[in-house]
Amino acid sequence: MPKLLLGKKLGMTQIFAEDGKIIPVTVIEAGPCLVSQVKTAATDGYEAVQIGYGAAKKPSKPVAGHFAKSGVPALRYLREMRVSDAAEYQPGQEIKADIFAAGEKIDVEGTSKGKGFAGTIKRWNFQRGPMGHGSKNHRRPASAGAKGPARIFKGKKSPGRLGGEKVTVQNLEIVRVDVDRNMILVKGAVPGPKRGLVVVKSAVKAGK
Amino acid sequence: MNLIENLEKEQLRNDIPAFRAGDTVKVSVKVVEGGKERIQQYEGVCIKRQGAGVRESFTVRRISYGVGVERTFPVHSPRLAQIQVMRRGKVRRAKLYYLRDLKGKAARIKEIR
Repeated sequence: MPKLLLGKKLGMTQIFAEDGKIIPVTVIEAGPCLVSQVKTAATDGYEAVQIGYGAAKKPSKPVAGHFAKSGVPALRYLREMRVSDAAEYQPGQEIKADIFAAGEKIDVEGTSKGKGFAGTIKRWNFQRGPMGHGSKNHRRPASAGAKGPARIFKGKKSPGRLGGEKVTVQNLEIVRVDVDRNMILVKGAVPGPKRGLVVVKSAVKAGK
Repeated sequence: MNLIENLEKEQLRNDIPAFRAGDTVKVSVKVVEGGKERIQQYEGVCIKRQGAGVRESFTVRRISYGVGVERTFPVHSPRLAQIQVMRRGKVRRAKLYYLRDLKGKAARIKEIR
């Protein structure tokens, strides 16, 4: 069953491997997550646990009621994790970073940094037009299509909002897990800004 | 933020002598050759130090068989057995890139007495 943990991206740094090589790492404050709801086949039709992370500022009454039912403090972020046997979990149970081990492959999901309204060069890696020789097409998208269909095809790459969407990076390697400080060091970069929510999951394509 | 600072602090070495650009340093580098580890000496003028914390590195320039060679090392790398300061140089810049254009007598650096 895939493992899942919610956390916060703290930023990047580098650490020395034993052979002196420098490994670029992202530090993720992962968990501790609390089980806020246990779903069983009898009550919900499938087996899963709902886990939450971070304190919610001011939950609405219905939301506060949901947390009161399982006896956990109000949590800011909630995600559901499919498990084979939900009876192993109790509401209020703490899930820590020790479910992951160093060397394991993981997928990390985050919300990418928003870039606002971006042109085609930044958004779709278009090439820029000539800067000289009388050209005025410097950063324009140039032709939008042929004269033939007399319309623009759907899905034509154009300027627009860039970033601020869910991005998953697959098969990142865990370099170190520090349970006392709830810290996971992941080799490489992770989407999103510092202090942004990240979801750490066991890799879907591990070993392929 | 604090967690990252702590993480970097743990990796810092405290046996690194104080040196700066202009100083002549002798770096003992651990090299693995054919499964065996030995120490290689590399001596030259430190032409820059850049970065901070664990990310700090320094570049040493020397003339080897008439060819200028520059090697950059991370200051806190575990591959460095030792750094010795051979000579303190009197320089007026933090980055001595101008040494690349000089050779022979002109590329000498005055020693601080």
